[in-house]
Amino acid sequence: MAVLQMQRVSICALKKDRKAILERLQSLGLMEVSQPVEDDDIFQRMDTTSPRLSFEKKAHTADQALDVLEQYVPRKQSMFASLEGKKLVEKEQFRKAAEDREEIMDMAADILLCSRQIAEKKAAILKDENQIESLSPWLGLGVPMDFEGTEHTAMLPGIMAAGTTLEDVYAVLAEQLPQTEELDVEIVSSGPDGVYMAVFCMREDAGAVEDALRQGGFARPSQTVPEDPAVRTEELKADIGKLNREIEEKEEEIKARAPRREELEYISDYYRIRAEKYQVLGTLPQSGRTFLISGYVPAKAVPALQKAIEEKYDCVMDVEEPGEDEEPPTILHNNAFSSSVEGVLESYGLPHRGEFDPTTIMSFFYVFFFGMMLSDAAYGAIVAIVCFVALKKFPRMSAGMRKSLKLFMLCGVSTIVWGILFGGYFGDVVDVVSRVFFGREVSVPPLWFAPLNDPMKLLVYSMAFGLVHLFVGLGIKGYMQLKARQYLDFFCDVVLWYVFLVGLIMMLLPSEIFRSISQMDIVFPPALNTLAKVLAIAGAVGLLLMSGRDNKNPVLRLALGAYDIYNITGWLSDVLSYSRLLALGLATGVIASVVNQMGSMLGKSIAGVILFVVVFIVGHAMNLAINLLGAYVHTNRLQFVEFFGKFYEGGGKPFEPFENDTKYVDIKEETIS
Amino acid sequence: MSIWENLGLVYSLLGAAVAVFLAGAGSALGVGIAGQAAAGVVTEDPSKFAKVLVLQLLPGTQGIYGLLVGFLTLSKIGLLGGGAAQIDPQTGLLILAACLPVGIVGLISGKSQGETAAASIGIVAKKPEQFGKAMLFPAMVETYAILSLLISILAVTAIQI
Repeated sequence: MAVLQMQRVSICALKKDRKAILERLQSLGLMEVSQPVEDDDIFQRMDTTSPRLSFEKKAHTADQALDVLEQYVPRKQSMFASLEGKKLVEKEQFRKAAEDREEIMDMAADILLCSRQIAEKKAAILKDENQIESLSPWLGLGVPMDFEGTEHTAMLPGIMAAGTTLEDVYAVLAEQLPQTEELDVEIVSSGPDGVYMAVFCMREDAGAVEDALRQGGFARPSQTVPEDPAVRTEELKADIGKLNREIEEKEEEIKARAPRREELEYISDYYRIRAEKYQVLGTLPQSGRTFLISGYVPAKAVPALQKAIEEKYDCVMDVEEPGEDEEPPTILHNNAFSSSVEGVLESYGLPHRGEFDPTTIMSFFYVFFFGMMLSDAAYGAIVAIVCFVALKKFPRMSAGMRKSLKLFMLCGVSTIVWGILFGGYFGDVVDVVSRVFFGREVSVPPLWFAPLNDPMKLLVYSMAFGLVHLFVGLGIKGYMQLKARQYLDFFCDVVLWYVFLVGLIMMLLPSEIFRSISQMDIVFPPALNTLAKVLAIAGAVGLLLMSGRDNKNPVLRLALGAYDIYNITGWLSDVLSYSRLLALGLATGVIASVVNQMGSMLGKSIAGVILFVVVFIVGHAMNLAINLLGAYVHTNRLQFVEFFGKFYEGGGKPFEPFENDTKYVDIKEETIS
Repeated sequence: MSIWENLGLVYSLLGAAVAVFLAGAGSALGVGIAGQAAAGVVTEDPSKFAKVLVLQLLPGTQGIYGLLVGFLTLSKIGLLGGGAAQIDPQTGLLILAACLPVGIVGLISGKSQGETAAASIGIVAKKPEQFGKAMLFPAMVETYAILSLLISILAVTAIQI
């Protein structure tokens, strides 16, 4: 239950061992590199930008080739593919791919070339199709579209507005050019976007006729081809056919490479690892013969590092505590149960240097509250079993996913317990089924009590659990202050609040308000009542005087104290916030009974049973999904807002070691013995 | 039987209807607003589908709370079992009043939560690793829906018939 101790390890070694040491460090993945030293006359950094960029580009090329392969030869992926995690490969296999890297990169380039050619050909097909489309109204023309006419006649191809008839055209011409008679108008085709026609006239009239037609809305076609449109269309169709065949050939070429997909994955990861190495190399100060590398290593991993580096190479390894002004990265270390909530803590923020790791304490409350909100034994069993099976079936899933599934499994178990306490098994399915289908009502009695029958009781318990949660949070704040030897702060910020709150609660318990809410009659002996008043007043006075202790001005100090006492409303709203434990628990149970009730509407008959089964499966699946989401969100909220609000800051950096940061495969390492 | 003799029952049913319809309308608005934002993110990056779907669903709970109170009311007045209880108008009005908190707060908080969820979907679009924090903002709004649900449940169960 703690944050791992970090140490700064600095290694000074000979340049001839540079490659070996860096590669060893990278495969161990124990050090987060951070160089405190600046450049000087002797030690200088090397510029590795261009080799690094070239490696990154190669990794990217391999990724793109993989994407292309995935597009043409999709791999079957099960629904749970995201759970499977990275494949584990033998180091030998990986090394072999690395040796063939030139050839594999050529293959990647080929794949990309094919895919680019396919794209170009598809664009060409599209262009051809467009042209066919624009030629289609002219198919019946029978002559090239730029046909000049014969010796004495001219042809004017053109378009007029849709709906124009032959008579309209002649009418326009007759009106504009009453004396010209040598005219022939032929309509080639007509469609909703216009009437396509060819007008023939004497060569010397051509200008006048066209002008006259323009008055009637005549326009020359925007595109002309120097061939007969019908012939041109056939040519274009043949071209499309050829392009399609070529595309198929290229696709076959790509598909033929699908079996070598794994090699591409290896090579992509290979270049990714090398790029990372060069990135680190660029940060190392180097002299003529030596180089320095420095970074954070978990204290317990230092001996392994010494064994792997210091004993094998000529070097000096310096291990020291991080300096006061440094902010080393954080690694959480918890037992198997508590480590499952580390992901939740990470999503809020890791503890900063010297801060208490709340994971362990949080894990108990988390599982406890989650179960209370879902509170149905059957739902809990489903969640726990599904998570358990997934954990067993996919042993190589990523660490974060493993933690989340384990967390949900534990929460499922807790839900089973709460379900049994509250008597919820798919809501009231036992009662409904026995009453409707067997005619005799059987019910499973709750071990504790049914929340719907006595919501006030559960409300009081919810708030009591909340109070415990908040008091623990305040206690952790006190613990941290004691550890930092801030005794006065501990007394003023923590002890006085405890005194004040305990006094107030003891005054509340025997009061009329509390009795009417909880139906519990609590009578304290008079001495205890007096003690409660004394505690509350002492706490209030203490807070009033001490909260503004940093201020010299007495008026301001009192005002700040009064303001701090006003924070009691914050405590009140925090405690009330725990009523969601009741509300969400009730929601699960009531919706489950709505589902059961709806399912049993048709009564005891075959149709009734079928309806019940369908409604049961669909309804409970939805209810489970929505309440699972609700329980998750609101448990997080109770931890992040109410609990962490009392003591936790976060803001630590996660540990990001210099390692083989791969995308597709994990490389099997010989274990460090 | 005339409606005037059963005014109590009418009021109670009106209460159940108000709870379901106001809170449900709030959720519908909220889920709709969040859904538009979610659809926009999925156009850009389909792999974020699961995350934005979760955020879109967050304002959906108000409708469920309304349903819950509506159902409690129906079973309280015996409409579900077949024989409706005899309820005098006064009790009917009490039940109507008890249903109001979850209805009204559900309507308003559902819409607001939808707007917050849409903003949180924006966080997920740019910084998917901050999903945990993004989920918290809509959950803050929901607190008030839960408080109103609590009062409605307590009031409905406390009314004697």
